[in-house]
Amino acid sequence: MKHTLAVLVENRSGVLTRVAGLFSRRGFNIESLAVGVTENPDTSRMTIVVSGDDHVLEQVMKQLNKLIEVIRVSDISNDEAVHRELALIKVGVDSATRAEVMQIVDVFRAKIVDVGVKSLVVEVTGDESKIDAMEQLLRQFGIKEMVRTGKIAMNRGAKVVQTEKR
Amino acid sequence: MTKQKMSGAHAVIESLNCENAEVMFGYPGGQVLPLYDELYDADIRHILVRHEQAAAHAADGYARATGKVGVCLATSGPGATNLVTGIATAYMDSVPIIAITGQVPRSLIGNDAFQEANITGITLPITKHNYLVQDANDIPRIFKEAFYIARTGRPGPVLIDIPKDTQTELIEFEYPEEVKLRGYKPTYTGNEQQIKKAASLILKAEKPILYVGGGIIFSGATEELRELAEGIMAPVTTTLMGMGAFPSSHPLSVGMLGMHGTRYANYAIQESDLIIAVGVRFDDRVTGKVSAFAPNAKIIHIDIDPAEIGKNVRVDIPIVGDAKNVLKTMLKYVKQEQVKTDTWNNKISAWKREYPLSYKKDNLLRPQFVVEQISEVCPDAIIVTEVGQNQMWAAQFFTFKNPRTFISSGGLGTMGYGFPASMGAKVGRPESTVIDIAGDGSFQMNSQELATVVQNDIPVIVAILNNGFLGMVRQWQELFFNRRYSATSLDKSVDFVKLAEAYGALGLRATKKSEVKDIIVEAVKSERPAILDFVVESEENVSPMVPAGAAINEILDLE
Repeated sequence: MKHTLAVLVENRSGVLTRVAGLFSRRGFNIESLAVGVTENPDTSRMTIVVSGDDHVLEQVMKQLNKLIEVIRVSDISNDEAVHRELALIKVGVDSATRAEVMQIVDVFRAKIVDVGVKSLVVEVTGDESKIDAMEQLLRQFGIKEMVRTGKIAMNRGAKVVQTEKR
Repeated sequence: MTKQKMSGAHAVIESLNCENAEVMFGYPGGQVLPLYDELYDADIRHILVRHEQAAAHAADGYARATGKVGVCLATSGPGATNLVTGIATAYMDSVPIIAITGQVPRSLIGNDAFQEANITGITLPITKHNYLVQDANDIPRIFKEAFYIARTGRPGPVLIDIPKDTQTELIEFEYPEEVKLRGYKPTYTGNEQQIKKAASLILKAEKPILYVGGGIIFSGATEELRELAEGIMAPVTTTLMGMGAFPSSHPLSVGMLGMHGTRYANYAIQESDLIIAVGVRFDDRVTGKVSAFAPNAKIIHIDIDPAEIGKNVRVDIPIVGDAKNVLKTMLKYVKQEQVKTDTWNNKISAWKREYPLSYKKDNLLRPQFVVEQISEVCPDAIIVTEVGQNQMWAAQFFTFKNPRTFISSGGLGTMGYGFPASMGAKVGRPESTVIDIAGDGSFQMNSQELATVVQNDIPVIVAILNNGFLGMVRQWQELFFNRRYSATSLDKSVDFVKLAEAYGALGLRATKKSEVKDIIVEAVKSERPAILDFVVESEENVSPMVPAGAAINEILDLE
């Protein structure tokens, strides 16, 4: 089972190493990890997708909380939340296929951010399944290169992940 | 405090003064020269060891014996990596130490400079936290935080890596009054509702048992533990780390549990209907086969580290908090009621009579006899151990009365720990007799520290149970590998008396039972560092024993 964790950490060098090191030495599996600064420049937020049962999840959260530079860990898997990933996909095209690719991009409300003679770069945002579907459809034209950000997530409505622990 | 202009190195010394550090164990080198230059004039006592590993163990022994934070110091690269075993030992047993290391100048970090090692990276998984000083102005704050983190919550080692150029940089020194750590707020007070629930379970239990460990000692909860045990008339079993948390001679004591625990402690755990676990972590040496552990018991688990709760076994009532605080609150709720544990205690007494810890009482000099004699001659001594058979015999046959009188590498099982740790314990508690119960194998891993104890006049006694083997490994080879003693014979090839004399220490030997007491008394009276070479039976086993992977009531008596 997959869980999405929102982890607030001190925005300092070395914190990512501590978090990543913890996962590897305790044998936890990271599906994806995305990190960036928050509205407060002293704080970064990691969105970590982990797989494992409830026991594993409990240990992951407790062990993360033990790290001095981890400020708060929230499991937002079961909350009403917006989940997003961004992908850049370079697709091989020629004069015959270009229009078809552009049509698919349109349907997905994705964007073409670079046009070359033999390729297009498509930017798509959405949840995991949307990006998977996009990838699937573009595959027939030949994907030359693809990069995905890993998931970020945020609760809907007024609920927020607090900076202060408890 | 008014601000003063000073070098980073001086700021380190001032910070240590602000934390009331009275002693540090260390070894100099290129990247800590400015620090050592400041130490030349400082009030803090510096003890020069002969190997950095011993500095870390000595700081650890000092911390365990006194309850204060121990400090050790080493240079960059090999100096720092030599501390690693000592830091890992302290981490596994939750011991508060500060390890200070020199580092190459900031401009050289990452260049594979001479004597450069990424020690913060190396110690990431074995420290509670660590720091690389990137700005000399941070030194006071980092020291304040480091000491705070080391001694609060679940204690542990903190490493501070200080590049040489930050040691010479001038800063305005001001020691912070308080720490600001958003991500670190240990819970000391247990949830009252949970404690109430636990108390009601305790009062309903017919076969309760207290299973207690190092957490009792760290939080100073021995009085509360005793009051609770006597209040609810429940037997008490301690882990290796918990020796001394409850008097071994108390009628409710069932001694140590687990792999080399007493039969009656293991039986009591397996038959209990309620385990009150305090400051313990259900280590595999305690639980044996986890799925068969205490099949009929509900479990109350009290610990300051929430991550320990539910890690190895399912828990019915978790209580996160400081052992002393939680037990104090619990006493309010269990006091007045009637307890119904008579039948249970009678059963345990019968087990105690039937299966006492024993060994063959003949004319041969057996290691257990030596430990009993030490217990008789020095009942108030601080006992430090090495790792292996010596450690188990010390735990089984010494009668412990007080906390902080048993010091041993429990979690990591570090051979070579005992002698340097005893040095640290003696420095911290000079009024106590400190005895390292050692094996001939373990002692040789840090015997170079004889030079340190002689030079600094630290009169510890090392009692070597000399069986000429790496005894615990040999025991496993005997039992599980068909007596194929691969690489475990040490041949009794070292003359430990001469070794002691070579370093200027007292060396004495006993080969017969009748000589044992005399040489212990002589060593204590001499007030000198002493090595006692007890030439004991070679193939004595630690008994009883739970084979690896078995349930803890499947316990064997060994000849």
